[in-house]
Amino acid sequence: MQWEAVIGLEIHTQLATKSKIFSGSSTAFGAEPNTQASLLDLGMPGTLPVLNRRAVEFAVRFAKAIDAELARRSVFARKNYFYPDLPKGYQISQFELPIVGRGHVEILLEDGSLKTIGVTRAHLEEDAGKSLHEDFHGMTGIDLNRAGTPLLEIVSEPDMRSAREAVAYARKIYQIVTWLGICDGNMQEGSFRCDANVSVRPRGDEELGTRTELKNINSFRFLERAINYEIERQIEVIEDGGSIVQETRLYDAERDETRSMRSKEEANDYRYFPDPDLLPVVLDDDFIAEATRDMPELPDQRRARFESEHGLSAYDASMLTASRAHADYYEAVVAACGDAKLAANWVMGELAAALNKASLEIEQCPVSATGLGELLGRILDSTISGKIAKQVFEAMWAGEGSADEVIEAKGLKQVTDTGALAGWVDEVIAANPEQVANYRAAEADKRKKMIGFFVGQVMKKSQGKANPQQVNELLRQRLEE
Amino acid sequence: MHDKTLAQLSAGLAAGEFSSVELTRHFLDRIASLDGKLNSFITVTEAQALAQAEAADARIAAGEAGPLTGIPLAHKDIFCTRDVRTSCGSFMLDNFVSPYDATVVSRLAQAGMVMLGKTNMDEFAMGSSNETSYYGPVRNPWDTERVPGGSSGGSATAVAARLVPAATGTDTGGSIRQPAALSGITGLKPTYGRCSRWGMIAFASSLDQAGPMTRTAEDAALLLAGMAGFDERDSTSAERPVDDYRAGLDRPIDGLKVGLVREFMQQEGLDAGVAKATEAVLEELKRQGAEVVEISLPNAHLSVPAYYVVAPAECSSNLSRFDGVRFGHRCEDPKDLQDLYERSRSEGFGAEVKRRILIGTYALSAGYYDAYYLKAQQVRQLIAEDFRRAFEQVDLVVSPTAPDVAFPLGAKADDPVAMYLQDIYTIAVNLAGLPAISIPAPLADGLPTGFQMIGNHFEEARLLNVAHRIQRETDWHQQAPEGF
Amino acid sequence: MSLNADDIQKIAHLARLAVDEDEITSLQRDLSNILDLVEQMQAVDTSQVRPMAHPLDMPQRLRPDEVTETNQRERYLRNAPAAENGLFLVPKVIE
Repeated sequence: MQWEAVIGLEIHTQLATKSKIFSGSSTAFGAEPNTQASLLDLGMPGTLPVLNRRAVEFAVRFAKAIDAELARRSVFARKNYFYPDLPKGYQISQFELPIVGRGHVEILLEDGSLKTIGVTRAHLEEDAGKSLHEDFHGMTGIDLNRAGTPLLEIVSEPDMRSAREAVAYARKIYQIVTWLGICDGNMQEGSFRCDANVSVRPRGDEELGTRTELKNINSFRFLERAINYEIERQIEVIEDGGSIVQETRLYDAERDETRSMRSKEEANDYRYFPDPDLLPVVLDDDFIAEATRDMPELPDQRRARFESEHGLSAYDASMLTASRAHADYYEAVVAACGDAKLAANWVMGELAAALNKASLEIEQCPVSATGLGELLGRILDSTISGKIAKQVFEAMWAGEGSADEVIEAKGLKQVTDTGALAGWVDEVIAANPEQVANYRAAEADKRKKMIGFFVGQVMKKSQGKANPQQVNELLRQRLEE
Repeated sequence: MHDKTLAQLSAGLAAGEFSSVELTRHFLDRIASLDGKLNSFITVTEAQALAQAEAADARIAAGEAGPLTGIPLAHKDIFCTRDVRTSCGSFMLDNFVSPYDATVVSRLAQAGMVMLGKTNMDEFAMGSSNETSYYGPVRNPWDTERVPGGSSGGSATAVAARLVPAATGTDTGGSIRQPAALSGITGLKPTYGRCSRWGMIAFASSLDQAGPMTRTAEDAALLLAGMAGFDERDSTSAERPVDDYRAGLDRPIDGLKVGLVREFMQQEGLDAGVAKATEAVLEELKRQGAEVVEISLPNAHLSVPAYYVVAPAECSSNLSRFDGVRFGHRCEDPKDLQDLYERSRSEGFGAEVKRRILIGTYALSAGYYDAYYLKAQQVRQLIAEDFRRAFEQVDLVVSPTAPDVAFPLGAKADDPVAMYLQDIYTIAVNLAGLPAISIPAPLADGLPTGFQMIGNHFEEARLLNVAHRIQRETDWHQQAPEGF
Repeated sequence: MSLNADDIQKIAHLARLAVDEDEITSLQRDLSNILDLVEQMQAVDTSQVRPMAHPLDMPQRLRPDEVTETNQRERYLRNAPAAENGLFLVPKVIE
């Protein structure tokens, strides 16, 4: 039988606020345990929550970015359950009236086509603390520094049909939240965590199969592997005559498998009800205008503009808008050199390779965008060749100075002096009588190819500094005399 | 000295007739000698009180005193008090020393008031007799075999027995007004949002409100002025200025339109003596030129049912934080997490608290939410609408505070529903978030009765004004229990 | 409305309260009586009534995003029944 997977994601993004969603504690990562846990974060009796304005603004920005309905009135509710990392015995979340309603994003499929993925809702809630399992005489330690960090939980429709699509969607959401600056995107620190709902059904069926929930996956690679594993597992279970149990499963990256979470086995009854300590969040036009005033141009808009304004292919435009930093860098290079395509080739080629090799993000790039633009300018004004430019780039990367400084210091300026070029051309012709004879005997259309040999020899003699166009021209004249 | 009202003590301190230290010692002595019979205090903070009194005397000497500076008071043990045990009447918090002050506590401390200690209460404010306290029942000074009402029973008894000139209380369904009525004192539940809830251990967050418990309306005006006001730490705190409650106390009340709740007077179980006492207060209002009419609150009979869904639902969630992990009681040698939770909570909470947690959990659980919780929220709206309509016709809504006088200890302890009906006249007020005051009415069979006046939102000044006008012309509030 | 022993056990478990056999009988009676009281609400038609979650008709106030809290760990940990190295300790959590 042909099987089809149906996947929906719930993505928890930590919002990049300075303070927690309901208290004035810092949200900075990595502090000593419980040093950023205030009375409220500890769930002390008598304490009360007050909502962080910035968290609401961030949710509004996200709604705008995914073209979602924004609730003018949203309500915080309590989700009741007992867990040691949940100090109040309930999580403040949103249930019936979330701040962000239906929206959508587009993902680029491998065949180059676009697919729309629906976002069901996104709601504000507080993060839980952490359980530390290293041994304290057989006990678990509880650190509540993270408790109360604002989260935007983004829930998708079950619109994805493969692990790849799920990853493309997750990357798209990641791109948007980091682009907007509402999430720092640090996946190692847990700023962006995915839960995947996975089910399978015979291809062509309308009805959904029983789903399992894969919890807390914090890398795109693991997301893909976990979903693929789970799809295979479910198909195997069904083909063996079994049935899927609706349950929560944990992905074990070391063993590359998912397994049932025994401790969460019991059916949950969260007893949601409106939190009486908080009032409805009411958004008026002024608030929305203020929250979205400094919104950057969004990735999809920018991608479209790169295609139309800079004449880039859909693929290139999408690569160059992978992050806001990428797009900003690229546009600064274009501004400095004036050639959009050359800039695109370099940013996606030489620069990307160097960053990758050094494991650096573009924000940490040792060569500035204007510096790279200047270098490309030297190619365009024929000061150096593209090949020499790579050498200059390496020196710039190593901190040896600007493009012009490196060209000057290393004497890499292209030789355009006809006298010097003619000398090298003569030497090459004199040294290769056989090839010259062959060339002259060849048909005109073959000659084009054959001239490459002579150009190569001249370039070698000039240590790459000769202007290739001029060399070409001179050679043709001499060989065809 | 202890027969003086807060207002009189304030004048005496200002005039130098006595010092705050003398006053504080006097009341501490009374607590030491008399509270053994009453059990109104859980904790007496003698050393801190004397230090605060000395500071108050220095402030008075420096001419920097306000009307509350140097006056002793007691806080219901539901208010968090820094470095002082805050038990909420529960074994769960018997060992809890609060790391911070409630806003009401810090405001009154800044005003120069002297805290003598923390008063007894029904466990987590759940009760109407003060019998659910882990620290034992409070006794009514009018008859020590009877209850003082609850849940602010310790505060009511301490004020009635003149162990303290004033105390704070909290009122979720009548917990200030009913004990004030049963103990013969004045108790005001302000509009929801008027006093900050920060640091007040939550029972039912959408209903809880702090208020003053004093002997007179004038004292209540003074104390409320010190307690009330916007607090940015409480999202439900009202962002509006506090009225000058004292300034309008003497305003004449002729032309005032008072609505007596017909359904309350026809209520089965209303004691004849209480009904008679209510009539007496109505006569006084008329004598001063007020017009008394009957009004109807057609849905008020549903207030107890709605309350016993809303309050337990909120409490079931509010009390989840007592899990034996960060504070409070923890069972011995828990074998696993489940055991830690279940034993710590079962050992820490008393029977009434457990009942309410279970009812609330049930009302919120899957499949029952709409039938109970949502229904109760809708009934709540109907009750609030009843009041909205009433205030289109009248300035104040009045009724007895409680259907009966103080009952004997143990009389209703085994029948939760009978106990819940104690609050039949007070609960609707909390559901609607309105302010209401209970003032002493004539005694019935030698025991205090209370007269309740309900105002529209934020009309505390009007309630205090009318209460004061009644007290200016009558002596019901001056009746005192013998032997105290 | 009456609750059976299983209902009581299920609710008690959700609320993390341990109830023994003796308690179940009295809880069954008490809770059923309370539910009977509450049932009175069913007599009114509320289908057109907007639920009232809160007595005040106010919107939520928003606080500026500022760090106002300082580290008070030692003081706050004083009430902890079991703590070590700044952590609250609980019986081993198995995931």
